Amino acid sequence: MNQIFGDYREDLPQGNEYLILRFSPTSVPLKERWRNNGLSANFMADYMATFFPGESVVTVKSAVSFIANELIENAMKYSDQSSDFPVTIALYLYRDRLVFLTNNSIAKQQVQTFQSFLRELTESDPAELWLRHLEQNAEEEDSNQSGLGFLSMINDYQAELGWKFEDADPNGVAVSTMVQLRSESL
Amino acid sequence: MEIQAEDYQIHYDAASGTVRCQGSLRLAGTEEYAPVAQLLNEAAGQQPETMKLDLRQLQFLNSSGINMLSKFIVRIRQQGKPQITVLGSKGIPWQGKSLKNLQRLMPSLVLELEEEG
Repeated sequence: MNQIFGDYREDLPQGNEYLILRFSPTSVPLKERWRNNGLSANFMADYMATFFPGESVVTVKSAVSFIANELIENAMKYSDQSSDFPVTIALYLYRDRLVFLTNNSIAKQQVQTFQSFLRELTESDPAELWLRHLEQNAEEEDSNQSGLGFLSMINDYQAELGWKFEDADPNGVAVSTMVQLRSESL
Repeated sequence: MEIQAEDYQIHYDAASGTVRCQGSLRLAGTEEYAPVAQLLNEAAGQQPETMKLDLRQLQFLNSSGINMLSKFIVRIRQQGKPQITVLGSKGIPWQGKSLKNLQRLMPSLVLELEEEG
């Protein structure tokens, strides 16, 4: 299986500046290490801010911190807990854009649900889908997953999103999520 | 009513009908946001006319938090009261990008984004 959804660039040029964080699979429950997501996202944001001129620092930090946090939260939530596959998040800096790329395992039984959401996401008008999801969520007492993070990236940050699913050894599936954020949208 | 945590504080001032959120809210999903949602709903229940949501010092809100806030707004719209005013800051970039969405959920919501400083 090798499936692509949305705007996923396989030919990503090697950037001059990048930062990659890799998290080992761990038996510590997600709840107990949840704070690490925020720490990691803030670190990435602070690190990248160095490469931007004075007045844009606050905006860059805020956008990177939001997007990195959502991506790390998702990767941690949906990683296959029974797998020893690590979670990675990379942030590449290009002249005209920032590219986030996460890679994590996903439990086989969740692949279908996730892919049908991605089909809906890539085929719908994101602003309309955002509204529809929130109205639906409001009706459900414990709606946990809404894909709202992805929708916020698209609607509020004009980011382009793409996904790649690949087979991972021996029974697993790995998913890569790419978020491209253009400098002019910052 | 008040919630005090390491990374965030939420305070309800009954006299001014204001719920003030400060710090960084990045809790893990609906269940963890339940106490915050409850505080908001109780505050709204005590304010028949108007309620203010002061987010001017809320540096960060994750999408689960946006979800919780949106659900609250939809609920208020369905009840038809109180009138909600959201105070934000232009100095905190996510607020300029994401808070306007609340108005799409409830057009009568008043959004005031203050200049930096």
